[in-house]
Amino acid sequence: MAPPAQSNRSPSPSQPSGKSEVSDLKLQLRQLAGSRAPGVDDSKRELFKKVISYMTIGIDVSSLFGEMVMCSVTPDIVLKKMCYLYVGNYAKVNPDLALLTINFLQRDCKDEDPMIRGLALRSLCSLRVANLVEYLVGQLGSGLKDSNSYVRTVAVMGVLKLYHISALTCVDADFPAVLKHLLLNDPDTQVVANCLSALQEIWSSEATTSEEALRDRETLLSKPVVYYLLNRIKEFSEWAQCLVLELVAKYVPSDSNEIFDIMNLLEDRLHHANGAVVLATTKLFLHLTLSMTDVHQQVYERIKAPLLTLVSSGSPEQSYAVLSHLHLLVMRAPYIFASDYKHFYCQYNEPSYVKKLKLEMLTAVANESNTYEIVTELCEYAANVDIPIARESIRAVGKIALEQYDVNAIVDRLLQFLEMEKDYVTSEALVLVKDLLRKYPQWSHDCIAVVGNISSKNIQEPKAKAALIWMLGEYSQDMQDAPYILESLIENWDDEHSAEVRLHLLTAVMKCFFKRPPETQKTLGAALAAGVADFHQDVHDRALFYYRLLQYNVTVAERVVNPPKQAVSVFADTQSSEVKDRIFDEFNTLSVVYQKPSYMFTDKEHRGPFEFSDELGNLSIGTESTDTGVPGHRVEANDKDLLLSTSEEEETRVPSNNGAYNAPSYDSSLVSIVASQPQSDLLSTNTVVPSSASQSSFAIDNLLGLGVSVTPALAPAPSPPPLNLNPKAALDPSTFQQKWRQLPISLSQEYSMSPSGVGALTTPQALLLHMQSHSVHCIASGGQSPNFKFFFFAQKAEEPSIFLVECVISTANSKAQIKIKADDQSVSQEFSSLFQSALSKFGLP
Amino acid sequence: MISQFFVLSQRGDNIVFRDYRGEVQKGSAEIFFRKVKFWKEDGEGDAPPVFNVDGVNYFHVKVAGLLFAATTRANVSPSFVLELLQRIARVIKDYLGVLNEDSLRKNFVLVYELLDEVIDFGYVQTTSTEVLKSYVFNEPLVVDASRMPPLGPAAIFRQGTKRMPGTAITKSVVANEPGGRKREEIFVDVIEKISVTFSSSGYILTSEIDGTIQMKSYLTGNPEIRVALNEDLSIGQGGRSIHDYSSSFGAGTVTLDDCNFHESVRLDSFDIDRTLTMIPPDGEFSVMNYRITQEFKPPFRINTLVEEAGLLKAEVIIKVRAEFPSSVSANTILVQMPLPAYTIRASFELEPGTVGNTTDFKEANKRLEWGLKKARMLSSILSELHCRYRNILKEAGPVSMTFTISMYNASKLQVKYLQIVKKTKTDNPYRWVRYITQANSYVARNVPINGSGVSTSKLNFEVPTMLKFLLLEVKSPYFLFLILRTTTGQKALIMGVKLSSSELLGE
Repeated sequence: MAPPAQSNRSPSPSQPSGKSEVSDLKLQLRQLAGSRAPGVDDSKRELFKKVISYMTIGIDVSSLFGEMVMCSVTPDIVLKKMCYLYVGNYAKVNPDLALLTINFLQRDCKDEDPMIRGLALRSLCSLRVANLVEYLVGQLGSGLKDSNSYVRTVAVMGVLKLYHISALTCVDADFPAVLKHLLLNDPDTQVVANCLSALQEIWSSEATTSEEALRDRETLLSKPVVYYLLNRIKEFSEWAQCLVLELVAKYVPSDSNEIFDIMNLLEDRLHHANGAVVLATTKLFLHLTLSMTDVHQQVYERIKAPLLTLVSSGSPEQSYAVLSHLHLLVMRAPYIFASDYKHFYCQYNEPSYVKKLKLEMLTAVANESNTYEIVTELCEYAANVDIPIARESIRAVGKIALEQYDVNAIVDRLLQFLEMEKDYVTSEALVLVKDLLRKYPQWSHDCIAVVGNISSKNIQEPKAKAALIWMLGEYSQDMQDAPYILESLIENWDDEHSAEVRLHLLTAVMKCFFKRPPETQKTLGAALAAGVADFHQDVHDRALFYYRLLQYNVTVAERVVNPPKQAVSVFADTQSSEVKDRIFDEFNTLSVVYQKPSYMFTDKEHRGPFEFSDELGNLSIGTESTDTGVPGHRVEANDKDLLLSTSEEEETRVPSNNGAYNAPSYDSSLVSIVASQPQSDLLSTNTVVPSSASQSSFAIDNLLGLGVSVTPALAPAPSPPPLNLNPKAALDPSTFQQKWRQLPISLSQEYSMSPSGVGALTTPQALLLHMQSHSVHCIASGGQSPNFKFFFFAQKAEEPSIFLVECVISTANSKAQIKIKADDQSVSQEFSSLFQSALSKFGLP
Repeated sequence: MISQFFVLSQRGDNIVFRDYRGEVQKGSAEIFFRKVKFWKEDGEGDAPPVFNVDGVNYFHVKVAGLLFAATTRANVSPSFVLELLQRIARVIKDYLGVLNEDSLRKNFVLVYELLDEVIDFGYVQTTSTEVLKSYVFNEPLVVDASRMPPLGPAAIFRQGTKRMPGTAITKSVVANEPGGRKREEIFVDVIEKISVTFSSSGYILTSEIDGTIQMKSYLTGNPEIRVALNEDLSIGQGGRSIHDYSSSFGAGTVTLDDCNFHESVRLDSFDIDRTLTMIPPDGEFSVMNYRITQEFKPPFRINTLVEEAGLLKAEVIIKVRAEFPSSVSANTILVQMPLPAYTIRASFELEPGTVGNTTDFKEANKRLEWGLKKARMLSSILSELHCRYRNILKEAGPVSMTFTISMYNASKLQVKYLQIVKKTKTDNPYRWVRYITQANSYVARNVPINGSGVSTSKLNFEVPTMLKFLLLEVKSPYFLFLILRTTTGQKALIMGVKLSSSELLGE
């Protein structure tokens, strides 16, 4: 079974094509099998080497199985090892022949040399043949009791291998219990580490079906186990240290003294030369201090230097991994890194994946004091020979401009970019000027003057062209030749390949028409005709829509297409803060590098043994839930919800401007309010409507300069309005999930929890019972201190109308964020007060 | 936890392939290599060290032109796997002495032996060269030294771009000397990579030293070793201010921003007398990595002038001044400068009397290269560029420089003594302490002259100028080439010019 690319490789002596060589080898092996001549081992070695090299490059040598086994009866350990390697590779496809090897492997398992014992045991367990497991149990049992630690380490991994071949056999033989004993008693740390790996994997997979395993897994996180491991941490190899640190990160200490003890103990791990150890320690520190804002801040300061050292000392690959994590931290708390911006300058010889990260970090840390330097540096990159990076740099300049610092100077620079006469620079700059104008309409005069000089013929990239056309439409009153430029573009309609550009053309011509009707009328006609005849569905639909709108009423059409616009205050963040928090929870995993939470790129069964914080572990089943289906189902619901809520999130988050030293998870720069896209002018009206009520009330609060805390001030304990709920309401999770997806958010509020309520949250179950007594039922709950998340539902008495609630409680700042969805939206306000009054009573005696 | 490990050659051949868990399909190496290859061809730059294809995560590091890769389906720590891959490469190098495709192919059985012990069922067991010795039975086949690139600082730095270079020692930890007895020796290298960015006006914009103290020990019996550093060494961001006159060049204190240490290093007396105590493990390892942003005297000063010298011509003057004692020598100095994409040719003029310099205009990537064998106090070069368009000033540069200086370090960090704490019966072991400074990112931004009129005017092709330009070129051997190239640009116009100029040729 040669790999497909074999054929197009140049034939070289080391890579023959297969067949005849294999049969040749078979013959030679056979001749040597019985021979006892001196020097026969050397010739065997040569043959074995050949076999293995064929195996490596993908030639199927499984037909030699019998001969290989015959030849392996030898005291020569090098030969033995090669044979084991071969057998391990092909036993799975040759289960019958694999039986042949059992004999000599079993004999070797009793050899007096511990190395041979270990080797044989490892090979025996690596056969991956289900009907041979009976031979394994006995050997593993004695291997685990072996006096030699090497054999024990092998045996522990053997147990895990057995579990993967036949879970039942492994559990029935009670191996997990033996491993647990070894974990706490074996003098050899590698044995302990292997036990930990094996138990995490076994129990995590058992926990989905067995309550007992779930409890067993919890014991790994118990104080005695964690302390036992921590006290020995320096005896572990650096790799095993990572394993232990990863485990401890899941441990919940009982008080702050414990937290400080752990941190003091592990302080020196931050000076380790191995980046994996440092990052594992960093994760532990960050997670331990989540609820202690000022200590958390100190941790950031503390880990900065070690991480920067790792970035500059390793290979590009290693520093990329560390830099990705630094990137995450910078995004969460840019102000802490503001003075280190020079570390994020790009070096000319760095790979572009590193440069991209650095550019984003530079953008994030820009503030009043360093903007000038950062933008100057970024402008240097814009002339870079590396075009993708030059583009990114220009975008970065634009992003900084949108962040309001020193806009004046930046606009000048952007306009200079337009004059650089490099097409990609012009393209990027055009897109940025468009975004800037949407935020700072006051700059239109300066920008339009420059943009007007750009010939649309020189712009090839669809994005840039669309931006230019948008400006032509939007500012047609200020640009003298706007109608004529549009006209010439319409004339070349058929040459325009991008549908995006054609859509923009339609809208721009419409806008221009409302502003300068006599000059545009003819062009508009041509545009609509071309649009209606367009083969692209969206273009066709939009043209037809405009046409009918104009036919219906021109003033209405103007209101729809060209309504007065408000400047965009903050552009939508691409990622919701919920997703970001999720990534932060998964610190020191691939989620950080991919900038996606793990559920987006990993199958459930591979989330790994480390995933204790996964909902699987923490989602407790709702107390009143009628359905006791598999927990996995609920996770699914939650995941879907996360995906769905990304867009809603921005509308409802409100800056918590409690000063600069906020907990990083509530950084105000992450907060954003969705703005309608320019091309969706048409749609903008209906996207804003649903939540406008709540949004405007927040806006007023902000205008008055009052913090968010004002909103809940209205709510301390409003008397329950006459809305009666059904105390015995029932809803199954799938209906909940479905409803949650269908219904719009009818109400979204933030609410301050009473200190006693927050205190009582140490046992989230209590809240569920409490809410239940108010006829509000929990369907799913999850999270870890300080962030808890609950999904509740309630039903109106004597009516099938259902209320759905998502409630996110942060004990760090005693806030509860509530989102209510209701079948009957008219009473959602009443329900909200009911819910809040119930919540406010939580924790009171 | 990883699922597979493999090493691929530059062409994508499997040299070693080990499947530990059987969770990822067999063709993964193929998928991986194709992805890496096309990443670059798609203009996205190098493939990142970690990426995901269909739920499989692929990790790789490049060492000595080989791709060391691992796969897994689990959401593991990326640092963990990348560190591990790098470590496996180092362990293999410890055993083979030399790490390259040839040595790996010759010794792949030994590598399999190592891999079996390093990882079991995807979990790391040990990466200690020393511990592994007792489990590995194959003898390394040493690759022919004559086929190796010549030794010396120049050669060793060629492998890998950013990775700290290894020592020049290419001896396996397990192989015996031909003479039979093992030579007792220990190597300590202080290697510093320096990054400096000069502004267009010659100021230092940023400067950083990334240093490492590397050790490779061939001592038998694992004796304890003490390494003493500068006594006045301080750690932490103390010496950041430029106005701190006491920390001026020369005898000033050395201030590290931060540092980290190898596991084996004990810091018991580090706070008192700056001594590191350790029992060095076998093989090569970094005792300590450090980072310095304190100001230091850069070994070279670079000045660049770019000047328009006519409509489609420009002059570039690059001056390099060596600012280190003449007793030290810098090798393999290379100055590079990217030129505008429409540069047609460049001519060079060196100072009279210079020897051993090479100059080149790399047509393919439009780059000016100037190589110097040995640095003199002041070297300069004048280059005349010919271009197809104007606007050169914004597109040329920045000038970057690579070099290696041995027995010199910019930070003044020193190994005061290297003590081997051992009651030795044999001769005193050889102790080698070496200092090497290497450019990491050494960049000077250029000064455009005529800066005021930075060609904001429109391109303006007047036929007469173009003609004149071509006429100037008639004598040059590039003529035909030039015509071919220009035809790709302004078609109608230049076609006409071509006609007229070929007429000229006929004359």
